[in-house]
Order: sequence, then structure tokens, then C-alpha cells
Amino acid sequence: MSGQGCALPRLEAAGLDGWLVRLFDAIDEANLAWLMALSRRCEAAFGDALVDLVPSYTTLLVVFDPLRLEPAAARERLLALLATLEPDAELGEAAPVRELPVWYDPSVGPDLSRVAERAAVSIDEAIAGHSARTYRVFALGFAPGFAFMGSVDASLATPRLATPRQRVPRGSVALAGRQTAAYPVVTPGGWNLLGRTSAVLFDREREGFSLLQVGDRVRFVPVDRETFVAEGGDPTPMEEEAP
Amino acid sequence: MSLARFAAPARSDVVALRVRRAGPLALLQDAGRFGVRRLGVTQGGPADLHAWAWANRLAGNGWGTAALEVTLGGLELEVARDLQLAVCGADLGASLDGQALPLWQRVALREGQRLAFATPRAGLRAYLAVAGGFVAEPVLGSCACVVREGLGGHDGHGRSLAEGDVLRVAVRTPSGPAPTVPDDERPDYRAECRLALLPGAQIADFAGASLYAAFNARWRVDDRADRMGVRLTGPALRCRIETLVSEGLGLGAVQVPPDGQPIALLNDRQTIGGYPRLGALTPLSASRLAQCLPGQAVRLVALSPERALADYRRFRRGFG
Repeated sequence: MSGQGCALPRLEAAGLDGWLVRLFDAIDEANLAWLMALSRRCEAAFGDALVDLVPSYTTLLVVFDPLRLEPAAARERLLALLATLEPDAELGEAAPVRELPVWYDPSVGPDLSRVAERAAVSIDEAIAGHSARTYRVFALGFAPGFAFMGSVDASLATPRLATPRQRVPRGSVALAGRQTAAYPVVTPGGWNLLGRTSAVLFDREREGFSLLQVGDRVRFVPVDRETFVAEGGDPTPMEEEAP
Repeated sequence: MSLARFAAPARSDVVALRVRRAGPLALLQDAGRFGVRRLGVTQGGPADLHAWAWANRLAGNGWGTAALEVTLGGLELEVARDLQLAVCGADLGASLDGQALPLWQRVALREGQRLAFATPRAGLRAYLAVAGGFVAEPVLGSCACVVREGLGGHDGHGRSLAEGDVLRVAVRTPSGPAPTVPDDERPDYRAECRLALLPGAQIADFAGASLYAAFNARWRVDDRADRMGVRLTGPALRCRIETLVSEGLGLGAVQVPPDGQPIALLNDRQTIGGYPRLGALTPLSASRLAQCLPGQAVRLVALSPERALADYRRFRRGFG
């Protein structure tokens, strides 16, 4: 567990004020319980010296104030935490399930038919396939409240667009490879758009700010246009951009 | 990790400056937004921490006080009441009622005067701190202005200053004389600079010739440069790893995408990313890079963590 060897977990230097804890070498839902446990223990062990924590699929970036805690001391503290780390038991089936209502429709999900074609299924079957699973939030990033969720059924896996769109509308529900996500704000983006949710994914006035948190379970619930609009969704069709 | 750490002072603030002409980019920045990166929210804060810190220190403000980051110039402000301020960092041809404004020192301004920034003469970003500090409603614990995320700044919605905007200040007269800025703390931003890099975990995965090139080539600052990151152009660096599973990115991380051209990540970078990295620039080197204009030459120099920490401690001494 020391130095730059092959063994995991491993601490990697991440600048003057950070250690990247590499716990795993591949994406797996089981990683989360360990990453969440380590996050909580870091909060307790670092106290005021902790500046930020960035969990992702296989790693946790621990950012600390080097004026309060020497990098070498931070490393020792992390090694001690890792030596006795146990996964978060409560993360399993007890994690909250968030339901995101989605209006799956080609007018707001312009890639729906292509995803279905690739999988050699009908659009309805593609929708059923995407909404059948309960997904897990592996990481937040890219934009505030943008949750990377997995894993989509392998038959629906679709690579990113060769050229990202300039403007992906807020609420767009999308797929890239075997990952799925919903766009909290308007941004450029290269994921395949399947539909749109009326859920407000990031709200600065809300406790916790982001609707989805790392570790949450998420279900996409198909709704019709009427329900989508009644719940505050914006049904404005996508404008196709010039390639 | 408390969101309240950089809370704004009590509201006894007054309108101190009015925007008469908006430049391309002028953003209010406190030390940054911390404790929310796990939600995908970026750090923000001053791209040049060094000049921002000096402006605040000269104005008699504590660490973390919001100051104005003026990029490229073009901004014109009307002074709405008597106040004291300091401008540090880039020479953007700042003038007060048409007379050159001295940089790197505290200056007293009178109500009705006009403070104007022209165009870059040396460096890219100037920092304006007013004695007492700018006051804005914190968003997610900070008023650091991040345009892409629509967070922070003078109006809370991540906007650059526009004509007609007002800036509020908790006006206070600093006690005692302002410190003098030593000459070696006033960089010549036009000079070729050496950026100190702390090697990272993937450094050994770069081909030997690429490692040699990384630390011996003259890199050019590309025009694809903003508060998210600065692309450097030069010899193509080859890494055995093309992409990683996305992971957290620190300030100054130097990532190398498959085209082999490094990108140094600054304050508004995305929180996670999956390109291999040479390592991370020190905070002071990231600051220095943020002052480079497109076309400028830079070199990368490997530094030990011990030296980097000593340099950072020396810089922070005296900044409260």
C-alpha cells in the first residue's frame, strides 16, 4: 500500500495540496461502498485541514490545506485510514432511490431512433430497456449536479457523438457507452439524447444542492408529454445543428 | 470542510464603484468555492493567486476577501464614494482621470473619479482590491464568479461585469501604512517563464523521448486558453496510456490528451477528467501561467514537493 507500486490501494501525488487515493483499477458498483466510507472517514480525520473531496469511479482525490497539514502528514493519515477501512454497509439496497420522470420522444431525444437501430430493437423496446434498470450514481462532474450513472444494458451501449452538440437543453436524458446521465444545465455535450426529464437536478436553494448524490440509486420513469409539461418540463423540440 | 469559511461580512456595505463601460471579462473572485467539488462544482477563484493576494494585502484586507479580476482591460469604472484601493498583476494601462494609475501600491480615490483599463502591456489579468473588500451574496459558500456554472460574482449568477452594474464594498479605512511590495514579488510577465511542475503518477508512462521533450522544449502558450485551462503547443508527447477512468483533477494538473499537446488546468477546470498527466504545476506557477499571453514561451521545470511547499509557505507568510 506504499509508494508507486502496483498494489492497491495506492496514494498518488496530486500537486502540493492533494493525494489521489487509487482504490480500484476498474469501474464496478461495489467500489462505491469503499469510496463513500473513505470520504466520510477523511472528513472526520482531516477536520479543518480538509479543503475538498472528489470521489470518482475508482479514486478519491483528497485536497487539504498544506499550511495546516504537511503533505507527508496527510499521507500518513490516509495510510492509517486505509489500513482499517471497511465498506459502507448502509450503501447497498438502503441507498435512496430517486425517480426521474422522463418524456422519451424523438423531438426532445433526437438520438433515440439511432440507439434503437444500433440495438436492432424498436424505439419502444429501447425506452423499456433504458427505464427497466435501477442505476447507481458513480460520480458527479462535468457540470454541477451532472451525475454519471451506470450501467446501461450492454445491448443499448452507444458511443458518444463524433461531434458534440453546441447546446444540449437542460433536463436532457442521455446515454454514452454504458453510462447514462441527465443534463442539469444547458451545456455543449456529446452524449446520445433519449428524452427529457422535468426534474430539477441542481438547485442552489436546495439542501445538498444536487438532486443526485454519489451512491444514490436512480430509476427513469417514462411519462407522456402531458405529464412532463404538467410537472414543469420544457417540451421545446431540439433544433438540429448543422454538422 | 465548512461552507461558512468564506462567508461574506455583515451587510453594512455601500455602492463604491459603477461600471461605465464593460470590458471583455471582469469577475469578482474570493479565494474560491470549496467543499462542493464532489457535486461537480468547480473551484473558481483568482487565476493569479499571487497578484490577487497582494492586491488584498495592500488594501488591508484579510485572506479570502473578494477582489475584481480584470482580464485584458477595457473596463471603465466610476468611483461612487471616497475609497482606497490597490491594483496588482497585469499592466493593462490603468488610468485615473487620464493619469497613469500606479500598480502594486495603495491609492486613495475620490468620489466622481474615473478608473479605466486599456489594453495589456504586460500580463493578462489585473486584480483590483478595495479597502474593506467587495461584498456579494455567497453562493454555495463563495462569491467566486464562474460564468460557465452561473454561480457567484457580484449578482450571484456568475456574470461578468456589464455596463450599469454597481459594486458594493464594506468600506473601511486601513490602519497603518501599506506594505511595500519587494521588487522580486513584481513579476515581469513578458519574460519567458519557468513553470514548476510536481511530477505525477503517470510520469513514468510517458516515452523517454517525450519526457526529455517535456522538460527541455520551449512551449508556446496557445490561444485556446481561458480560466478552465491553457493549452501548450510544442513537440507531441507520447504516453503509453491514452485515457484513464475519470478521476479528480487538482489545480495546475497538466494533462496530455492523445494529440500530445499538454493542457494546464486552472481554476474553472472540470472537476474530473481522464487524460494521463505529467503532474501538477505549483499554485504559484499556475498563477504565473495565467498571466501569459498567447504566443509567449514557457518552460516546464520539475520541482520537489519540499521546495514547492517551502516556496508556498514563503508566499503565504504575511497574508493573514
